[in-house]
Amino acid sequence: MTNITRIDILNASNEKLLEISKNGLLSLNLDEMQVIQRYYKKLHRNPTDIELETIAQTWSEHCNHKSLKGIINYDGKIIDNLLKNTIIKVTKELNKKWCVSVFKDNAGIIKFDDKFNVVFKVETHNHPSAIEPYGGAGTGIGGVIRDVLGVGLGAKPILNTDIFCFASPDFSNNKVPEGVLHPKRIFKGVVSGVRDYGNRMGIPTANGAICFDDGYLCNPLVYCGTVGLIPKNKSFKKVKPGDLIIAIGGRTGRDGIHGATFSSAELVKNISASVVQIGNPIVEKKVTDVLLKARDENLYNAVTDCGAGGFSSAVGEMGLECGANVSLEKVTLKYKGLLPWEIWVSEAQERMVFSVPKNKLKRFEEICKEENVELTCIGKFTSDKKLKVQYKGKMLVDIDMKFLHDGVPRVRINATLKTPDFVEPIFEDSENLTASLHKVLSNYNIASKEWIIRQYDHEVQGGSILKPLQGVQNDGPGDACIVRPILSKWTGVIVANGVNPQYGKIDAYHMSASAIDEALRNITAVGGNINNTAILDNFCWGDPTKPEQMGDLVRASFACYDIAKVYQTPFISGKDSLNNEYFNTELNKRVSIPPTLLISAICVMKDVRKAVSMDVKSAGNLIYIVGTTYNELGGSRYYESKGFIGNNVPVVRPEMGKKIMSNLHEAITGGFVRACHDCSEGGLAVALSEMAFAGGLGMKIYLKKVPVNNVSRNDTILFSEANSRFIVEVSPTHQKDFERTMKNISLAIIGKVTRDKKLEVFGINNKKVISADIYALKESWQKPLRW
Amino acid sequence: MKKVKVIVLRTAGTNCDYETEYAFQLANADVELVHINQLISRQKKLVDYKILAIPGGFSYGDDIASGKILANEVRYRLLDSLEKFVGAGKLVIGICNGFQVLVNMRLLPGFDDKIDKTQYSTLSFNDSGKFEARWIYLKNTNKSKCPFVHYKTKVGMIYLPIAHGEGKFITKNNKILEKIKNNDQIVFKYVMPNGKEGSYPWNPNGSNLAIAGICNARGNVLGMMPHPERFLTKYNHPHWTRGNLPEEGDGFAIFRNAVSYASDAL
Repeated sequence: MTNITRIDILNASNEKLLEISKNGLLSLNLDEMQVIQRYYKKLHRNPTDIELETIAQTWSEHCNHKSLKGIINYDGKIIDNLLKNTIIKVTKELNKKWCVSVFKDNAGIIKFDDKFNVVFKVETHNHPSAIEPYGGAGTGIGGVIRDVLGVGLGAKPILNTDIFCFASPDFSNNKVPEGVLHPKRIFKGVVSGVRDYGNRMGIPTANGAICFDDGYLCNPLVYCGTVGLIPKNKSFKKVKPGDLIIAIGGRTGRDGIHGATFSSAELVKNISASVVQIGNPIVEKKVTDVLLKARDENLYNAVTDCGAGGFSSAVGEMGLECGANVSLEKVTLKYKGLLPWEIWVSEAQERMVFSVPKNKLKRFEEICKEENVELTCIGKFTSDKKLKVQYKGKMLVDIDMKFLHDGVPRVRINATLKTPDFVEPIFEDSENLTASLHKVLSNYNIASKEWIIRQYDHEVQGGSILKPLQGVQNDGPGDACIVRPILSKWTGVIVANGVNPQYGKIDAYHMSASAIDEALRNITAVGGNINNTAILDNFCWGDPTKPEQMGDLVRASFACYDIAKVYQTPFISGKDSLNNEYFNTELNKRVSIPPTLLISAICVMKDVRKAVSMDVKSAGNLIYIVGTTYNELGGSRYYESKGFIGNNVPVVRPEMGKKIMSNLHEAITGGFVRACHDCSEGGLAVALSEMAFAGGLGMKIYLKKVPVNNVSRNDTILFSEANSRFIVEVSPTHQKDFERTMKNISLAIIGKVTRDKKLEVFGINNKKVISADIYALKESWQKPLRW
Repeated sequence: MKKVKVIVLRTAGTNCDYETEYAFQLANADVELVHINQLISRQKKLVDYKILAIPGGFSYGDDIASGKILANEVRYRLLDSLEKFVGAGKLVIGICNGFQVLVNMRLLPGFDDKIDKTQYSTLSFNDSGKFEARWIYLKNTNKSKCPFVHYKTKVGMIYLPIAHGEGKFITKNNKILEKIKNNDQIVFKYVMPNGKEGSYPWNPNGSNLAIAGICNARGNVLGMMPHPERFLTKYNHPHWTRGNLPEEGDGFAIFRNAVSYASDAL
């Protein structure tokens, strides 16, 4: 077992190199294999199997983002590192003082108050959730929590957010391709997985979203995010040569072998379940308890999580600047029989790696013992700038850290702009739009997610200020959640998200722009200030080697730059999950997911007592619409309800958007606003309905008063999903204050809150176009996902 | 004056310790978070405290049954000191998972002030079959014996959040249930906004007699499924943005009563 296995690559032909990569599940391309071959030619020896594994993990798309960092030929224009030229660039240019650490550590860090910072990270865990929804989603949560535990010297997790994309739960069972689970089963499994892991960790899951689109049939998306609180002086780490490499938490087993490389490739049927990790939240909770205690006693110089790539990635990353020497036989195992390379790359869960000075080890061990956590010393950080791994005295890995981390060749990718071929549908506006409203409210994407939200403990830690469900009966859909992590202080954190794959089918640029606008609208609607807001990008895409897929990715990234630049919201962290594709046996072709960009936003709110919710408060109050309504029904839920996609996708006009959001923040902080809700999917009609039934009151609304641009139909005004719009409830006593604060912004009083429980909408010609009981509207909205 | 010493007991999977600690601190107590291993190793001693709080969470993952493993650990390793603690009239509160621990270790219903000889009651799976988080109305139905809800501030009808999958209170038989009722051991019942008992979701788990919390025969041990530590200020209330609420959250009186009582009587 301790025999060293060497792979003959020195004399391998190109075909042979590719064969080695394929047989070893290394996901390395020819370019990369050739670079490795050259490196070993210089060393005059062949690599060991475990060396190849180490390089493959480190160079995987999952760990390295090589496509976004590659050299892209975009219809003749060369983009050298897309990430650096868009997302990272805008953050650098904005140069916000409150950004503490961006795109470096395991998570982005921004300032919270004089003593603390907050950290935020969002990850994807798509492939595992497709194969084993419960375990995949649970370990997804577990993984992102460890990212937060492993940022700086460790942050305390204070909030989880989860966004899922599934195919329709009523997708025809006999059209599900071979090797794929039915979307409803995936949905239920994922929710249970998140519930059981998040609840057991004692972290409130207070924000989230679900998108339904049959494009996710074979590749569901599971985004998991965690926010953490970290003392200012614990926000940075530095490994010291001579420190011990200490692993704590779960034991190492054969679960999660090749997770990083697996998640970087397309899904195929008959995948071994060993690629999926097995989670145990209580072990992770214990690890958290130990870590926070040890951190506050200054017992270590650095920490990181054992995530994708296992020890290989964790130790490799930590020892990057100095070097590391690991003895694999010291690792505690779940069971006997693991080969050395399996120990090295296993992604067994709930493990953290620390850099501990020798004289602090005893106290560290004491804490672990007190909390029933296993601790093992697996090696030492050195100063030879080499990664060395031994097993029972035999040297299995001996490579330069520099080659491992900087040796990966740049990828060259072609990208092309694909023009959409949808047409704007032509149909008659209806005189009565009540039925249309009911139908749109019942769209799975808009319908109440209460069934899921209630299964998550969103109040644990005692800091819940604005909950996901709001209103008189605690069932209205909140725009964003607010938590207060320090119970003796009024400073809080707002978290919101924006995502709409529907728009991406028309144009990835406007999808991205709209996602940013939506996330920031949600922050603004509850009282947040976008000048204090940072955003995160999570791209889930198909195969980046397909030029049109890459073209969409380029367009989406450009939008990130353009919109964030004007809104002045820096990106602090991001991740991409590419190759979300599957060979669909039903269609007999490879299918990709709709390009999906999730934007998560985080805002530090100085005084949470200024927050507002979305439910209307009192009869007689004025209802304003803020922002202009454009003829933008492309990709709308209204068109979808009629079987169309359309082409007029909502665009973002960021100069106006920025002004609207900044002033609205002032109005809310001034106390002039009783309720505020953003217009998103389903447009004005859905926003009004939700505000009315959440507040248990009616409304009378006049569409002719809505400020529009080139719109002459009632249905367009009601269902357009134009960006940067809000519905605001203002008490007549604050009418002047509100209008003064919102000077030079397109807005209008469009009606009033009424005592009767009816939503009545009068069309452009003053004829009634909607008349509905608010409880009937609520029923249409709650019914679809009330399981 | 010397502050009342409170021990908040922790173990693997405890997760409401921070807010429970804060609630007692807000009530002007001197609070310590103590891991059960520290009690077992005698590094810390129960006798040094006047109030024991077992907070919510998923102790040991709620494997076997919720609260069962921690209950057994306490019963087999700390029985003496615990019996002395309770026998001295000191206060014990178990919230959510803590309540589950108290019934599983037989401190509740505690008919004879000591650990019961057999387990008379338990908290079983919600009728809805799933974990649920929601706010519920509670009525204090205890006539006098439980200081948590009577000393200084009499708790009336309150609004608190629950978050559990196993909260349905059931007893071994009806006689036990009658005894708990006749003994004035029911402290909280789930009610509708009008104060009357209702069905789901007002009674969120299907508890017998809509029981949300009980005390022992003497009244010094309280177990409850809802989370008073999650409603300390009005800004925790789901409707605070609608206005017209007192500054203090409904849950706080329970902690203040306990600390006042311990300070005056123990």
